[in-house]
Amino acid sequence: MFKTALRNVLSHKGRLLMTMLAVVLGTAFVAGTLVFSDSVSTALKNSLSHNYDKVSVRVENTAAGNDRRAEDNNSGAKPLTDATLRQIQALPGTASAVGTVGGFAGISDPNGNLIGGRGDTQGSNWSPGADGTDSRYPMAQGAGPTSSTQVAIDQRTAQKNGFKVGDSVRIAANGPVMQLTVSGLFTSDDPKLSSGGSLVLFDTATAQKLYTAPGQYGWIDALAKPGTSQVALEQQVGQVVPHSGNVTLHTGAQLTADAKQQVEDGSSSMKTALLFFAGIALFVGIFLISNTFTMLIAQRTRELALMRALGASRKQVRRSVLFEALVVGFTASVVGLGAGIGIGAGLKAWAGSGGNIPSGGLTVTPSTALITIAVGTVVTALAALFPALRASRVPPVAAMSSNDQPVSQKSLIVRNTIGFVLTGLGVAVVLMGVSQGGSSGRMPVALGAMLVMLGVFVLTPLLSRPIIAATGPLFRRLFGVSGTLAKQNAIRNPRRTAATASALTIGVTLITALTVIGTSITHAITQQVTSNMKADYAVSMQMGFPVSPSLVSDLRTAKGVTASSVIDSQYVKLGDETLSVSGVDANSFDQLIAPDLTSGTTDALKQGQLLIDADQAKSRHLQVGSSVPVSYPNGTQGSLTVGGVYPKSDLLGPAMLSEQALAGHTTAPFNQVVLIRSDGGATSANEQALRDATGLNPLVKVQSQQQMVDQFSSIISMMLTILYALLGMAVLIAILGVVNTLAMSVFERKRELGMLRAVGLDKRGVKRMVRLESVVIAVFGAGMGVAIGSFLAWAANGLLKSDLAGLSTVLPWGRLALFIALGATVGLLAALWPARRAARLDILGAIKTD
Amino acid sequence: MTTTALRTAAARASDLTKVYGAGDTRVTALDHVSVEFYRGEFTAIMGPSGSGKSTLMHCMAGLDAVSSGSATIGDVELNGLKDKALTKLRRDQIGFVFQAFNLLPTLTALENITLPMDIAGRKADRAWLDRVIATVGLADRLSHRPSQLSGGQQQRVACARALASRPEIIFADEPTGNLDSRSGAEILSFLRSSVRELGQTIVMVTHDPVAASYADRVVFLADGRIVDELQSPTADGVLDRMRRFDAKGRTS
Repeated sequence: MFKTALRNVLSHKGRLLMTMLAVVLGTAFVAGTLVFSDSVSTALKNSLSHNYDKVSVRVENTAAGNDRRAEDNNSGAKPLTDATLRQIQALPGTASAVGTVGGFAGISDPNGNLIGGRGDTQGSNWSPGADGTDSRYPMAQGAGPTSSTQVAIDQRTAQKNGFKVGDSVRIAANGPVMQLTVSGLFTSDDPKLSSGGSLVLFDTATAQKLYTAPGQYGWIDALAKPGTSQVALEQQVGQVVPHSGNVTLHTGAQLTADAKQQVEDGSSSMKTALLFFAGIALFVGIFLISNTFTMLIAQRTRELALMRALGASRKQVRRSVLFEALVVGFTASVVGLGAGIGIGAGLKAWAGSGGNIPSGGLTVTPSTALITIAVGTVVTALAALFPALRASRVPPVAAMSSNDQPVSQKSLIVRNTIGFVLTGLGVAVVLMGVSQGGSSGRMPVALGAMLVMLGVFVLTPLLSRPIIAATGPLFRRLFGVSGTLAKQNAIRNPRRTAATASALTIGVTLITALTVIGTSITHAITQQVTSNMKADYAVSMQMGFPVSPSLVSDLRTAKGVTASSVIDSQYVKLGDETLSVSGVDANSFDQLIAPDLTSGTTDALKQGQLLIDADQAKSRHLQVGSSVPVSYPNGTQGSLTVGGVYPKSDLLGPAMLSEQALAGHTTAPFNQVVLIRSDGGATSANEQALRDATGLNPLVKVQSQQQMVDQFSSIISMMLTILYALLGMAVLIAILGVVNTLAMSVFERKRELGMLRAVGLDKRGVKRMVRLESVVIAVFGAGMGVAIGSFLAWAANGLLKSDLAGLSTVLPWGRLALFIALGATVGLLAALWPARRAARLDILGAIKTD
Repeated sequence: MTTTALRTAAARASDLTKVYGAGDTRVTALDHVSVEFYRGEFTAIMGPSGSGKSTLMHCMAGLDAVSSGSATIGDVELNGLKDKALTKLRRDQIGFVFQAFNLLPTLTALENITLPMDIAGRKADRAWLDRVIATVGLADRLSHRPSQLSGGQQQRVACARALASRPEIIFADEPTGNLDSRSGAEILSFLRSSVRELGQTIVMVTHDPVAASYADRVVFLADGRIVDELQSPTADGVLDRMRRFDAKGRTS
């Protein structure tokens, strides 16, 4: 039997080609993902392994530098001071100790734009030893910075942007922009640099002023004397550093391990995300594989029956089909593995060309090979399971029948019943999840979505008939007899049409759902921005830094500014729960922000009353006139009266109070945004005036309402583009499925095609018929995808509503129509080759009886 | 023969040669065949298997290209026609009845009958169509699909399809080959009556002497050549003639 199975594979090479290709693509995706992520993570880990060679123990103030957040204003953080550093240096186990401060440093290129990405330009302190050098940063040219007007830049960044020693550069950390002179260019094996970032060095006093406070460090690295272990030194250091929640101690070994773990986590979450899409591609492949085997078995009914008649048992027939699938799956997986390694190498080269990934070889682990081949083989065999069972049910007597194909189609009643139950259950569970809302609804919605998809797939054969038949009159009018025949062909084998269309449905469903969710979110954000804001500009800092008070006053006095207010985010304890309260300027409030209050008035702000959003009001049982006990960031207590309730808004935060009322109750301002109204609205002159007022600080973002909306929608559309690309593989496999079905149908209907040609249908007519059939199937699949996807997006939006105020489902009709049109195009493309084959059929050969 | 002057040819082969393959595998299927098929006549082509009778029909019907000589339908010379023109000719001038019925399973009986006209985008002549349908006796089965019809009924649908567009000539390739004798007889009488009553021209390839006896004239083919013909044949006469082929085959 195995010999016949093998022969079958070989003799049906052509017809198995698409199946092979589908498995190859799916497994290549899996292998590519594994190889790429393994290689990147190995390279990153390798580059990390020497980072902490000179660090035995690191003491870090986690409340300093970049990690400082609005909450930190409240905590009793203790600093790492020069005194601490001297104490550590004096420890018996310490060979040397260096205090470092560091954080984000925005470097402006000669045109005033920020260099590099937002997170990968860093500033730190030049900390020379007794010999006047800092071993971490050997100078390639010039010297280290020794005054507050000097800065050293890493060599690569300098070369890329044309900075030379003696040049003047503009740099901003978190505050006003500084005009500094380049004192030197250095090289370093700092990981920030090896992964493609930029680094600038200030003298220690300047760096401290920028990132911590004079005399304070972000972290202190101590190197142990020979003979003192890292752990022993850690204990010694532990005795002299301040004891506070914000001061942490780590040995160099721990730091290395933590960094490696971080890389591992990062790469494994990327791996999981990519494998998810590879899984979808393989799942789509199942439809194609199953369809192919079903068709092959239908064509071979007589042959199989003959085997049965000659004494093969059902089990043998079943096994021989499964063996065929295993051979196909294994072969294709091996090819897929090879292709995947190629893809991984290509991706790594492409990602590495940006300089973001340290160089290194390709990592192909044995488990990658094993997983890829196992997945491909098992998926193929699984997909062939039902066809194999069907094959084993061919009765021996079928060998004697003169029919080419079994005419009897098993009734769809059982299938339809299951489908209705699954779909109904799925819809019910989704609706239940939506009504629960929030995170508790997530599980039901996900489960229900899967049930709906499954149910619809089971029901597709039933749906295909009426839906496709409905297009009949239109097709007849438009395309004449070719149209009618195409329609008839598309519904003559509902199972096959369904499986072909479903493969496309999966991809389109996901694409539609993501698109609708993305559009709805963009719409909601736009609504929030445009309906709550009267301000012309919102000025904020890159990296989520607060806007410093000096910058706020610079902006206030900029040319054309008629009104301005900060949104000062302060964590205030309201009752028993801490809440982010936005401090706003009560006097200019009405000119800048216009929330539609559900109750109360905005005047309440001027009287020092609290505005609170509807969700908070509801959950805390507050209404206008209610009084709440408050404890402020600086520890003072008081009580506030609710003066108004507004609809939930992410821009305004959960509660608002006037700056005047907050004054004297905070430790430091945390100005997230400065809202500005300019004379004449959002004009380029006004924007320029604001930028000029900040001294062309590269960190300042001046955004008009439109720019805020644009920025957001560009993020969404970029995410959608990435997701489209990842789902592309699934769609590609679905297209192969359409090609496959059509090619096999053409082969099966050879006689009919020959007859049609004989009675006068010309080649064009035949081509058109096959193409139209393809278009019908593809549009049907895409249409179902759009419908299911829209439903699921609606459900997902129901869940997201609790996180994003005012989210409602917006259907992007143009986009959805485009998906259907693309479906039609896919159909046309998929039919190119089968249609040509059909038209080229030799009439005589086709109509001859066997 | 006195009638010859009145008979006009609906299709004509002159010096028709068809060669398959080349070199050692070269087979001459038709060897300088000249024959005329007369308008309003029912002609049967007979011959042992391998005699070239099917090849002759395929060449005459524009399904296969000739190697040399000419084949004409009406006034149209087939040799040299491009695929498009040939397709159009088949659609408008020729009807086909196949041994395996070759109906489209997705279409109803009526849709199958009107298929050639639908392909041409022409409206069927309603009166003619009704007459054809009445003649084949399918009036109550028009909305059935082929799978719901018996073999004889399917072949009657196929005949109706060939007749419906009033082609210049109908080629029938072993039309009774897949049928039991009763259904076969029905089809044959139906074909004969369509010649006698509707004035259709039919050329039928068969190896069954009984089937041939329904024809007005039988043309005998052997080894790619026309060897004989009979007018108003009887089954016994045809059988006798065929036996002589066998005898010749055995003696030579």
